[in-house]
Amino acid sequence: MSEPLLKIDHVSKRFTRDLGLIQRGLARLTGGRGVETVHALTDVNLSVQRGEVLGIVGESGCGKSTLGRIASGIYAATEGSVTLDGQPVAQERGGRTQKLTTKVQMIHQDPFASLNPRMKVGETIGEGPRLNHLAKAPEVRARTRELLEQVGLEATYVDRYPHQFSGGQRQRIAIARALAMNPEVLVLDEAVASLDVSIQAQVLNVFTDLRRDLGLTALFISHDLSVVRHVCDRVAIMYLGRVVELADASVLYDKPLHPYTEALFASVPTLGTGRARFNPIKGEIPSPLNPPSGCAFHPRCPLAGPRCRAEVPRLRGTTVGRDVACHLHDGGTGVEAA
Amino acid sequence: MIPALEVRGLTTRFATRKGYVTAVNNVSFSVAPGRIMGLVGESGSGKSVTAFSIMGLIDAPGEISAGSVRIEGEDMRQMTPEAQRKMRGRRVSMVFQDPMMTLNPVLRVGDQMAMAVQVHDRVSKKAAWERARDALDIVGIPAPTERLQAYPHQLSGGMRQRVAIATALLHRPAVILADEPTTALDVSIQGQILAEVRRLADDTGTAIVWVTHDLAVVSSLADDICVMYAGCIVERGTADQVINHPCHPYTHGLIQSVPSLHEPGRKLPQIPGSTPQLSQLPSGCAFRNRCAHATDLCRTDPPDAARGERRVLCHHPLEEEA
Amino acid sequence: MPGIVHDNVLTVPSAPPIETRITRLRNFWSDYCRSPIAVVALVVILVLLFVSFGAPLVSPQDPYDMAALDWLDAFLRPGDIGSGGYVHILGTDNAGRDMLSAIFYGLQTSFIIGLSAGALALLIGVTIGLCAAYFRGWVETVLMRIVDLQLSMPAILLALVLVAVLGQGVPQIIGALVVAQYAYFARTTHGAATVERGKDYIEAAQSTPLPTSRVLFAHLLPNVLPPLIVVATVQVASAIALEATLSFLGVGLPLTEPSLGSLISNGFKYIHSDRYWLSIYPGVFLMVTVVAINLVGDQVRTVLDPRNAR
Repeated sequence: MSEPLLKIDHVSKRFTRDLGLIQRGLARLTGGRGVETVHALTDVNLSVQRGEVLGIVGESGCGKSTLGRIASGIYAATEGSVTLDGQPVAQERGGRTQKLTTKVQMIHQDPFASLNPRMKVGETIGEGPRLNHLAKAPEVRARTRELLEQVGLEATYVDRYPHQFSGGQRQRIAIARALAMNPEVLVLDEAVASLDVSIQAQVLNVFTDLRRDLGLTALFISHDLSVVRHVCDRVAIMYLGRVVELADASVLYDKPLHPYTEALFASVPTLGTGRARFNPIKGEIPSPLNPPSGCAFHPRCPLAGPRCRAEVPRLRGTTVGRDVACHLHDGGTGVEAA
Repeated sequence: MIPALEVRGLTTRFATRKGYVTAVNNVSFSVAPGRIMGLVGESGSGKSVTAFSIMGLIDAPGEISAGSVRIEGEDMRQMTPEAQRKMRGRRVSMVFQDPMMTLNPVLRVGDQMAMAVQVHDRVSKKAAWERARDALDIVGIPAPTERLQAYPHQLSGGMRQRVAIATALLHRPAVILADEPTTALDVSIQGQILAEVRRLADDTGTAIVWVTHDLAVVSSLADDICVMYAGCIVERGTADQVINHPCHPYTHGLIQSVPSLHEPGRKLPQIPGSTPQLSQLPSGCAFRNRCAHATDLCRTDPPDAARGERRVLCHHPLEEEA
Repeated sequence: MPGIVHDNVLTVPSAPPIETRITRLRNFWSDYCRSPIAVVALVVILVLLFVSFGAPLVSPQDPYDMAALDWLDAFLRPGDIGSGGYVHILGTDNAGRDMLSAIFYGLQTSFIIGLSAGALALLIGVTIGLCAAYFRGWVETVLMRIVDLQLSMPAILLALVLVAVLGQGVPQIIGALVVAQYAYFARTTHGAATVERGKDYIEAAQSTPLPTSRVLFAHLLPNVLPPLIVVATVQVASAIALEATLSFLGVGLPLTEPSLGSLISNGFKYIHSDRYWLSIYPGVFLMVTVVAINLVGDQVRTVLDPRNAR
C-alpha cells in the first residue's frame, strides 16, 4: 500500500475547563485539581489514501467533530500528530493553534452559520485564495464564477448575500469556498445533516460529481449510516473518543463485528421495511467527563464480561481490511463459555 | 367508531408585510384510537404549524381562518377559550422537539408533573406524584421514583424527552401531537423512544400524530402517513401505500432521494429546485415547477383529488404499482 | 424514472426573493415609521442639527463677536426689541447676548463634543471589545477587568477628575468623555463578539486560513455593529448631557465658548431674580436634544430586534 495522504497518528485530545478562581480554591481545599478534563479523543489512528473517502460515524460525544477539527488544523492535538504528505497540518504556538496548510479544507454542518451573513458570496469564496496569494485578483474572480457553476449555482450569484439563498444552496456555496483553496483533503462535518431529504440528495450528488471529476480525498463525518454507506469507501465507527471498528464500507455493512456497531445498525429505522420491531441499545451514552473503566461500551453491552470492565480493548486487525476493538475478537471477555 | 382526532379543512394563515400567507391549506385527516399518524414534510411544508393549529396555539400575526378540529367528536374550534384550555393537556397534549419547552428548569420533575395533574384534576399532592411516577414508568424510565426528585438539567436529552412524553400522558389524552420529538436525539436513544411510543399506542389506545421530516422514522413507526408540501397534504394513505407505492410525484421523488435505496457511489435521483416560499407559490399546483409530469392543466388549476381513503393531490398521479 | 431529474443545475424556480439593500432600507424605514413619536424625534434632531451647524446663517447675532454686544441690551425679556432693531425671541443675557443665537451656537458646540466623543469612544471601545472577545485568555481578562472597574465608577466622577487634570477646552472635554464612555462600547462589543465568535463562519475563516486582522475586521466586526448603533446614539446623548454637567459645574467650557451647559450655568446665577429665561431656555433645548436622540435610539433598537421582525 502506498504512503497515505492524510495520516492521523496516535491522536489524543483533552479539553480542560478552568473552573474559575473560587471553585478552584474550593477544589484545592477538598483535594481536587480545580480543572475538569474531557477526554474527547484517545489514541486515534487513521489514515486516508489519495482519492479515498473515509467515513467517521458515531453518536454525540464520540469525538467525531473534534477529530474533524484536528484533521483540518482548527485544533491542535494534545498528543500525536496529523500529517498531510508527511507535513504537519497545524502547530501550537503561544497557546494558539496555527494552521500550517491550505490543503485541508472543512465544510461545516450548518450552512446558516458557516457563511458570514454580511459578506457577498463572491467575496466569501474568493478571499481565501486571494489573501493566501494562491492567485491574482482577476483570476480569483473568474475562478469564483467557475466554482459557483461547478457546484450547480449561477455565476451571477457572486454579488448576493447568504440570506438570499436556501439551505441547500448555501451548502453548495460552502463547498465552493472550500474548493477555491484547491484542497487535497476535504473534511465534511455532518455536511448534509441539516438539509431536507430532497436537498440532501442534490448536495450528495454535487459531492459525487466533484469526486469523480477532481478525485477528491475526504473525511466524511456523519451520524447517518445510510448517507455514509452511500459516499464512503471505508468507515470508522467511534464511541466515546475511540475508534471501535474500522473496515471497508461493504464489509462493515454486511456484517458488523463490534457489539456497538451491531446495535447501532439495529437502532436505525430504515425505509421500506415496514413497521419495525425496534431493538434499541439499552442505557445512555456515558459522559466523556467521566468515561467508564475498561471498554467504554461495557455498561451497555449485552456480551460484556469481567475483562471488559478492567481492560481497554485495542483496535487490532482481525481479517484483511477490518479492525475491531473488542475483547470478543481478541481472546474473549473473561466469561467462561457457558 | 369515532376517530380520536378528526381535522377537516383546517386553514391557517399569517399576516405579513405583503398580505396573507397560507401556511396550512385546507388540511383534512383523521386518526383512530391507538393508531399513529406520521405527518411528513420538509422544512416550510407547514407540518409543525398544522400541529400547533390543532392545539389552538396560533398567536397573532397568525390565525386559523377555517376548518374544524374534533377531539373524540367534539369540535375544539366551537368551544369557548376556557373550554379549549381545559381540553389542552387533558384530551389532547403536545410534545415538542425541545423538551425544555415543556419543562421548567427550576422545578423538580415530580413537582411540575404533579402540578400538571392538579391543573385539571382535584387530587391530593401524593396522588398526583403517584400518577407522575406511573407515567414515567409507562415511558420506560428506569427508577422513576428517583427521577421525580431530579431537576431537568440533571437528565440527559433522551431522558428529558421521555419526561415530556410522560407529562403529555398524565391525563391519558385521546390524542398526543409530537413535533419532531426525536430529531435532536442520537439514533440509539431515538430507537429506544420509538419502541416505547409504539408500545404506548398499542397498549393505551392513545392516538398519536408524529410530525417529522424523517421518512425512515415514520415508515417504521406509523400506521398511516400524510405527506405535506407547501401547506397542503399532497398524499395520504397507509404507511405501506405511501412508502412502497407512492402516487404523488413529490412523494415518489422524496422517497427516491433516500440514499439507502441506491447503490453506493451512484448519483441519487433528485427533485430539482428547492421548496418554494409560501409567499411566492406558483399558480395551480404548488409542486408543478419541480415536477416532470407538469402540464398546462397543472399551471392553471389547483389539483383536488381524493380516491377513497387514499388522497392524492395531483392531476397526473403515478399509477399504483401492483 | 419519471418525476426525477438527473441534473445538478438548479434553475432556481423558487429561490428566496431578492432583497436588495434598497428594499431592506425601505423596510427598515417603514418599520421605523410605526412609531410616530420616533418620527417626530428624528425630525427634531434634524432641525436641531440644521440650526446648530447652520447657526451663522439662521441666528440673528454672532455671540462670539464681542464687538456686536451692547451692554444696554443686557437682560432684555423674551420678545423685546434691542439696539440691533430685531426681536430677541428668547431675550438676552447679562452681556446683552441674544439667547436664541447663543443657544444655536451652544448646541453646535454640544453636538461637536457629543458626536466626536461618541465616535472616538466607539472606535476605542470596539477595538478593545473585539480583541478581548477574539483573543480570549489573559488578553480578555486584563482588558475586560479594566472595563469592569471603570464601569463600576460613575462616569461623571471620572470625567470631573480628568477635566480637572487636563484643563478646560473642547479637546480636553472630548478626551475626558471618551475615557469615561469607551467602556460601554467595549462591554457591548465584547458581549456581541463573544456570541458571534462562536459561530461557524468565524471558524471557517480561521481554518481557511485567513490573517487574523481579516477575521477580526472583515468577519467579526460587521456582525457586531448593529447593537452598537443603538449604544452609540444613547452615548452621544449622554456625552452631550455629561458635557453640560461639567460646564454647569464650572469645569467645562468658559462662557466665551458657549455650550448648552455653560449657558445654563451662567443663567443659574439669575434664576432667583426673575430672569428665568437665561437658564430655562438652554435647559429646555438640552432636554429636548437628549430625549429626542434617546427616542430615536430606542426605535432603532426595536426595529433591529429580530424578535419584532415581520
